Amino acid sequence: MEIRLLTIIIVDGLNYAATLFLISVGLTLVYGVLRILNISHGGIYAFGAYLATWLTIKMLGVGLNPYLSYLMLLAGAVIIGLIAGPAIELLLLRRIYGRDMHIQLLLTYSVLLILDDMMKLIWGMQPLIVSEPYTLLGQFSIAQILYSWYQILLIGISVVFGGLLIWLVRGTRFGKLVVAVINDREVSLAMGINVNLIYTVAFTLGALAAALGGAFIAPTIAVVPGFAVEVVVLSFAVIAIGGMGSLEGAALGALIISLARASTIHLFPELELVVVYLIMVVVLAFRPQGLFGEVELRRI
Amino acid sequence: MNFKQYPLIGLVSVAILLASPVLFPSWILFILTKALFMFIAVQGVAVFLRGGMLTFGHALFYATGAYTVGFSAKWFGFREILVLIPLGATVGLIMAALVGFIMARYRGVFFAMLNLAFSMIMYAVLLKFYWVTGGTDGIGAGVATVFGIQFPGSSFRFYYLTLVIAGLVAFGLYRFLDSPLGYFLKALADNEIRIEYSGESTFRVIYVTYILSGVLGGISGVLAAFTIGHIVPEDAFWMQSGEFVFIALLGGFESVFGPFMGAIAFELIQTYASKYFPLAWQMTLGGIMLLIILFQPLGLWGLYEAVTHRFGGRRGASHH
Repeated sequence: MEIRLLTIIIVDGLNYAATLFLISVGLTLVYGVLRILNISHGGIYAFGAYLATWLTIKMLGVGLNPYLSYLMLLAGAVIIGLIAGPAIELLLLRRIYGRDMHIQLLLTYSVLLILDDMMKLIWGMQPLIVSEPYTLLGQFSIAQILYSWYQILLIGISVVFGGLLIWLVRGTRFGKLVVAVINDREVSLAMGINVNLIYTVAFTLGALAAALGGAFIAPTIAVVPGFAVEVVVLSFAVIAIGGMGSLEGAALGALIISLARASTIHLFPELELVVVYLIMVVVLAFRPQGLFGEVELRRI
Repeated sequence: MNFKQYPLIGLVSVAILLASPVLFPSWILFILTKALFMFIAVQGVAVFLRGGMLTFGHALFYATGAYTVGFSAKWFGFREILVLIPLGATVGLIMAALVGFIMARYRGVFFAMLNLAFSMIMYAVLLKFYWVTGGTDGIGAGVATVFGIQFPGSSFRFYYLTLVIAGLVAFGLYRFLDSPLGYFLKALADNEIRIEYSGESTFRVIYVTYILSGVLGGISGVLAAFTIGHIVPEDAFWMQSGEFVFIALLGGFESVFGPFMGAIAFELIQTYASKYFPLAWQMTLGGIMLLIILFQPLGLWGLYEAVTHRFGGRRGASHH
C-alpha cells in the first residue's frame, strides 16, 4: 500500500512537472536575457492554447486523419510565438529598456490585459475542448491506475525542449553571444554584437516556449477565458524557486513544486491550495535568489 | 503636494465636491462616491509606487474590509458604519501585519508577484469555503446605519460620509508622506543602502507602509461594501488589484491628489466602456495603461502640473 501510494505520487508529480516546466521555461529565459518579468507570458500561453485547440477542432471537422492533430497543435504554437514575440518586443519592450522595474512590469501587465480580452473577443466565453490528441494515444496502467500515453508525450516534449534550450545557450555561438549580452550589455555592443537582435530572438524564443506549452497542455484541460493569470503566478513560483533566469532552475523548481503538490493532494488534500506558495515562501526565506540563482550585487 | 502649492485646484475641487449633491444628478453622485472609496484603496498602491515598488495584490485588503462588513451583516445584522469602518481598518491592519512580515523582505518583481499570490489564495479561499462566504453568490451588505439612521449607498448622506473619510485619509497621508518615514519611503526607489547608512531600517519603512496600506484597503472595502451593496470573491481577484494599479498610474502617484483624479477618470471610463464596449473592458484598461507608460508616465497629475507650469509660470512640485 505504501509503495503504491509512493508510485502514484511520483507518476503524478512527474506528469505535473512536465506541464509546469513547459509553462515556465519561456518566462525564465526572457528574464535571464532581458531582465524583465514578462507578465504577458500567461497571455501568450493562453493564446497558443486557444489557437492550437481551434485549429485542431477545425481540422477534425474537415475529417482529416486525426493523427494530424499533433501537427495542428504545433502549428498553432509556432504561429502565435512568431507573431506575438517579435511584435511585443519590437513595438513595446524596446521602448522601455532601462526604465524603472515597475514600469516594465506594468507594460507587460497591460499586454496581458489586452491579450486576455482579445481571446474573449475572438473565441467567446465558452470553453474550447479538444480531447482527440489526448485519447488517440491510448492508456496504460501503473499500480492499477490508468494513465494516458499523452502525458508521457508531454514529459518527453518538455525534456527534449528543455535539453534543446540548454544546448542552445551552452553549446552554440548564439548562446555565447547571449551570455555575453547578459553579463555586460555595453561591452557586448562595443564588441560588435547586435544586442537588439539578441533581445528580439530571446524574447521570441520565450514567446514560442509559452505558446508551445499552451498548445500541448490544451488537450489535457478545457481552454477557458481568463486562465492566463493563474499561469503567470504558477510559472513565477516555479522560476522564483529555481532561480530567476536559470533553465536548470526552472526544471528543478517544476519538479519540487509538482512532487510536493502530488504528495499534498494524496496525503493532506486540504492544503492543495497553498502548497505552491508555501514552498515558494520557504525557499525564498532561506535562499532569496532561488536555488540556482546568482546573488546580485547591491548598488551603493 | 499641498494646498499651499496648489491653491486653485485644491479649493475648486473641494468646493465642487462639497456642492456635488446640488450640482449633479444622482448617478454622478454615485460615481463620485465610488471614486472616493477607490481613491482610499488606491493610496495603498500609490504609497508603494512612490518607493518604486509595485503590488499586484492590494485587493487582498480591500476584500478583507468588504468581508468584515459581509460577516457582520450576515451573522449579527450589525451595520453601524461608524463602528465598522474602524473594525475593517483593524482587520486590514492585522492582515497586513501578518502578510507584511513576510513581504517586507522582498523588492521588485518578488514583491509584486508574492502580493499577487497572496491575494489569489484569498480569492480561492473565498470561493472554496462557500458555506461560510457564500461562494460566487457572495453576501448582501444591506444598508449602512449611523446611530440607527439609514445611509443608503446612493444617498447624499452616504456621499458626505465617504467624502469626510476620504478627506481625513488624504490629510493623514499628506502628514505621513511629509514625515521622515515618508521621505525614507521615497528614498527606497533611489538607494536602499543609503537609507540604512542614515540609521533607518528599510524593513521598518516597508513594514509600516505595508500596514498603512492594509488599513487603507480595509477602510475602502467597508465603504465599497455598503456603496455597492454586495460583496463577492471578485473583490479579492487580481483584476481588482489591477484596477487599483491602473488608477494610481492614470492619476499619477507623485501627489496625494493624483489618485483622486485617476479614480474619477476611471469611474467615468468604466461607465462609458461598459456601455459601448462591454466585452473589452480589460483591453480598454490595458490600452490606456500602455499609452500612459509610453507617453505620460506621471499621469493626469503630471499633465496638470505641466500645463500650470507652462501657462502659470509657477514652479511645479518640489520633489525633483
